[in-house]
Amino acid sequence: MKHTWERAARVALAAVLTAGASASAQDRSAVEEIEKYRAALGDGNPAELWEARGEALWKEKAGPRNASLEKCDLGLGPGVVRGAYAQLPRYFADTDMVQDLESRLVTCRVTLQGLTPEEARKNPFGSTGKKVVNDALVAFITSESRDVKMNVSTAHPKEQAAYELGREIFFYRGGPYDFACATCHGVDNVRIRLQDLPNLTRQNDAQRAYTTWPAYRVSQGEVRTFQWRLEDCFRQQRFPHLKFTSEASIALTMFLAKNANGAPFNAPAIKR
Amino acid sequence: MADPMKIRARMAGDKVEVKVLMAHDMETGQRKDSKGNAIPAHFIQHVTATHNGKVVLSADWGPAVSKNPFLSFKFAGGKPGDKVTVTWTDNNGEKRTDEATVQS
Repeated sequence: MKHTWERAARVALAAVLTAGASASAQDRSAVEEIEKYRAALGDGNPAELWEARGEALWKEKAGPRNASLEKCDLGLGPGVVRGAYAQLPRYFADTDMVQDLESRLVTCRVTLQGLTPEEARKNPFGSTGKKVVNDALVAFITSESRDVKMNVSTAHPKEQAAYELGREIFFYRGGPYDFACATCHGVDNVRIRLQDLPNLTRQNDAQRAYTTWPAYRVSQGEVRTFQWRLEDCFRQQRFPHLKFTSEASIALTMFLAKNANGAPFNAPAIKR
Repeated sequence: MADPMKIRARMAGDKVEVKVLMAHDMETGQRKDSKGNAIPAHFIQHVTATHNGKVVLSADWGPAVSKNPFLSFKFAGGKPGDKVTVTWTDNNGEKRTDEATVQS
């Protein structure tokens, strides 16, 4: 399926290049064709397999304490999963920190299941033949916020501080390419190859982008979480490696999540 | 053991529409790992679907089918409450069977 699409994309691109004056019309139709491709895939989104595995892992007794995660407090009280992701990241009094979902899961696996923080942070992202706990749990928990409106608060001073730090990182230029997140994501109507790059400084783009992560990446055959998304953005910018669940990653998530407020959450989604 | 399939079966007019998601790596045998060694082929070779015990679909698959395959098909003669069973067997002899009930 991927090959067919790539061929179609190449044909569409050739059409754009030769059409000249009608380039923008062709442009639009290429984008529409990709939308159709996404809709066709959405019918059988393999992320559902991760959701099912994550739900089982949530309830399964594991770790040195042989405990499940069912008492994990994701912000709405112990064990409340429905709608929790739409209000993350948030400040948690027990850790005195702003946490996103993935760092909160690390906390729960440490406090409830008795893992060491290093064990809980190890191997967060899956690959072929290597199934991991983190992406499955994320798929399950985020699926329980589907159609819930994003409602991230910055009422607590630490939440506000995280938001401001995230904004600073978003606009911070650096690295060998002298890049910032905003270099690609602060301009309208640009794309890499045929992938539209959302202008994350605009509300509707920011909403659409944030509410469709995590997602099943067809080209990788894996569900990718938001921490993965940011880590890979840093790699693409040739920035230093973004540490999993680091303060910087949570701050950037805070900035992007808060900017998506008001939009219904719609993930795990499916992407090329 | 292999992860369970996700099977949805519902009436579409007078036919039953079945949608199946299977969790499988579907390695072709053509890819190489980071050390340059070939990754052994590992893919689903045979899929059968039965309706109340009667075979309604039988398929031979090869390495060209995608990872985590999605299969959708329709068959006649089913009604809500019937059982649909799907089984896959891969080239290592591993097997997985799951069942769903037809929804109206």
